[in-house]
Order: sequence, then structure tokens, then C-alpha cells
Amino acid sequence: MAEVDFGGVGKEVCLQYVPDAVVGEYVIVHVGFAIQRLDEVSALDTLRAFAGMGVLEEEFGDGFERAARAVRHPGTTTEGAAR
Amino acid sequence: MRYLDEFSDPDLAARLLDRIHAATTRPWAIMEVCGGQTHSIIRHGIDQLLPDDVEMIHGPGCPVCVTPLEIIDRALSIAARPDVVFCSFGDMLRVPGSDKDLFRIKSEGGDVRVVYSPLDALTLARENPDKQVVFFGIGFETTAPANAMTVHQAARLGIGNFSLLVSHVLVPPAIAAIMESPTCRVQGFLAAGHVCSVMGTAEYPPLAERYRVPIVVTGFEPLDILEGIRRTVLQLESGRHELDNAYTRAVPAEGNLPAKAMLSDVFEVTDRAWRGIGTIPRSGWRLSERYREFDAEQRFDVHGIHTAESAVCRSGEVLQGLITPHECAAFGRECTPRNPLGATMVSAEGACAAYYTYRRLELTEATGA
Ligand code: SF4
Repeated sequence: MAEVDFGGVGKEVCLQYVPDAVVGEYVIVHVGFAIQRLDEVSALDTLRAFAGMGVLEEEFGDGFERAARAVRHPGTTTEGAAR
Repeated sequence: MRYLDEFSDPDLAARLLDRIHAATTRPWAIMEVCGGQTHSIIRHGIDQLLPDDVEMIHGPGCPVCVTPLEIIDRALSIAARPDVVFCSFGDMLRVPGSDKDLFRIKSEGGDVRVVYSPLDALTLARENPDKQVVFFGIGFETTAPANAMTVHQAARLGIGNFSLLVSHVLVPPAIAAIMESPTCRVQGFLAAGHVCSVMGTAEYPPLAERYRVPIVVTGFEPLDILEGIRRTVLQLESGRHELDNAYTRAVPAEGNLPAKAMLSDVFEVTDRAWRGIGTIPRSGWRLSERYREFDAEQRFDVHGIHTAESAVCRSGEVLQGLITPHECAAFGRECTPRNPLGATMVSAEGACAAYYTYRRLELTEATGA
């Protein structure tokens, strides 16, 4: 058993299924059992991939931009066509 | 907590949504298997932000919801015994049996306790040697390792007054059953991330192949869900049907090896009835021969209990994604979380409860009530 900190609340958790977990590491806990370690490298990679996607400015932009474009070029987008 | 806030970042969510809109050219129906994902989708309104062409169908992955009525009635009969301390997770207490729930048994004098972990029940068994302590062991592959470890410890420590009422269910056979249903509309699956944290991903490529359906292992935060949907749409649009893992931070391909070893020691595969759905072959676990003495159904005579399902509740259709909770006439009227007619209104992971919590006002507006 080990103490796991859930955002400030400490709870006893069984670590038998994550025998390699070390103090300070993040684990996924379900009904009092750590069922998996959290792979930080992978988490950061995923977040970086999302950030790298960028908003598809060219085709879409945000809602305001789309609306503005629609006013300038009526008929070029669905919003424009609806006017 | 780490990687919770980061995975609900609104700016990144907008980027993912943009990509999904850009990728979608035709209508697609995608099922999120897990009730935790259903909750997250409804709570964050993800289904309403998606392109109109992407429909999310809510799956049967709410363990409380699919626990069959027979087992609930057996639990009630065991819990009512004067020699028993009956332990359960809190959300089972209001699940309606044929004519009562565990809460009612408790108010009638039954010793029903809510525990946080099955290990708490084991502690109670040691502290109450003159009582039979029974734990209600329900859940998917995520919860099973905890229950397996608890039974294993009971055997190791010789705690003879502990037993488990087992109703474990498995995700892959449920996916197969959904795909084989004649009414199936599902074209892609978000697989339940934490189930795969335990079991790994090896069971899914054969399903993706056999049913020609993309399966994307997906987490629970808004960005996880959007990414799962994005990857499913990309596969659908390009005619692929593969297993993809969009939740690598918590799901190594092999899963959790110590947990899997414990599971195969303590449990064996069995046919299992799913509430509202029916029996699915080889879709659950029961205690293996070696641990059978800890099976509460063996220890107490619970057979021949008459069961009767509510006539109005349509939770079976909700669980199969055939209707949304709004379409049930009892939703928000006779049936509320305080007075649930079906298990899908009880559990936080149930679709009816999620709609009630986050979409009730909309319903009121829509019906002018
Ligand atoms: S709203 Fe209530 S009665 Fe209707 S399907 Fe859901 S749980 Fe059953």
C-alpha cells in the first residue's frame, strides 16, 4: 500500500500491479488500485501534436473571421450563401 | 493533478474540432463504449460541437447499468440476511431490483455498507469474524483486478467469512455483439481507455478486421475524446478499419502484465447476461475453480428468485444506442436520479443520468413544460 495524492487529498492505494512505480510518479487509480503508470513522455508528445495542428486558418479561421469573410465575399461560404 | 487540465484546454479543443470538421465529408455513427466517456461527452457538450454528420452513439459501458436484474435480486436477498454485512460501491445502492433496491434493504435493517475499495470489505471481514462479509464485485476489466486481488488476499490470509458476488463483464464480446445485431448502426468505436490500460490492445485488431470497423483506444478528457473521434473519422473517410491507440500515455500495447496474470488466475470466462441487452456468450468472468469457495452465489442459496423488469424503462434500448434517453417517455418525469426506474438513471456513467444532469433544461424548453 502507498499514499497517493489526488490533487491534495491523500488516499491509500494498492501498488501491487505497478511494482516499478517510484515516488513522485503519476499513476491511474481505480477503486483503490493503481492499474497503470502514466507515461509522461507520451502525454507531452500528444499535447505537442495537438498544439502543432494549428487551427486551419486558411479554410476555416474562427467563427468571427468566417462571418467577416462571408460579408466581404457573399456566396463563398454557407453563411454567405444564406444571406 | 497532472494531465487533466492540459487535456481540457479550450484552444487545443478548437484545433481538434476544426480538424474533425475539415475531415468529415459524409455521415458517420461512432459509438463510445465507455460510460465515463458518455459522461464526458454530454458534460462538455462535445456531441453538439461535432459536425452534424458525426453522430455519437452511447454504448453499454456502464457497469452498474448492465448488471443483470437476477444478480441485483440475488444481492438484495443476500444483503437482507441477518448474518451478512453486504458491501458495495455507492452507485449500486439505488439500482432497482425487481421490487426493491439495496438502499431499501438498508433502511429495513440490513447491514449494507458503501466502500471505496474491495479491500475495505476484506478489512471488515477481519474485524467481524462472526459475520459473513460479501462484496458486490461488478464492473469491466478496469475494476476486475481490484476484485481479483481482494479474493486472492482472502485466500492467502485464510479469511473464510469473505465472499464475492461476481458479475464482471468484458468489452470485446460486447463490441462483437453490437456489430452482430441486425439493428446495428455503429461504424466506428472509441474503445474504453482504462479497460485497455489493464488488458492492452491485442484483443481489438481481430474485431476491427472481422467487422471492418475502426477501433480507437480513447481516454476521458475532452481532448482525448476529440482526438479519438478525429482518428476514427480519418479512418472512416479513407476506408480503413484498424486498431489505433489515441491514449498512449495510459495504454501500453501489452496492458498491465501483473494484473492480467492475477485475472487469469482468479477468474475464468463465462457467458454473462447484460441488463437490457440479454446474454452475450463468453462476455464475463466468474471465479475460477481454485477460488470458487469465495463465490457468494455458492455460499448462499440464491437460486429460484423471481425477477420482474420495469414495464416502462427502456434502458435496454438506451444501452444499445437505439434511442437517446430523451426518447423515453419516463425520462425526467417518473424517472429521475432520485427515483430511478432503470440503472441508466442511477449511475453517473449511465446515459440517462448524464442527460438528466446536463440536458434537462433543454428538454424542458423543447417540450415547453
Ligand atoms: S429515463 Fe429512466 S425509465 Fe427511461 S430508459 Fe432511462 S432509466 Fe429507464
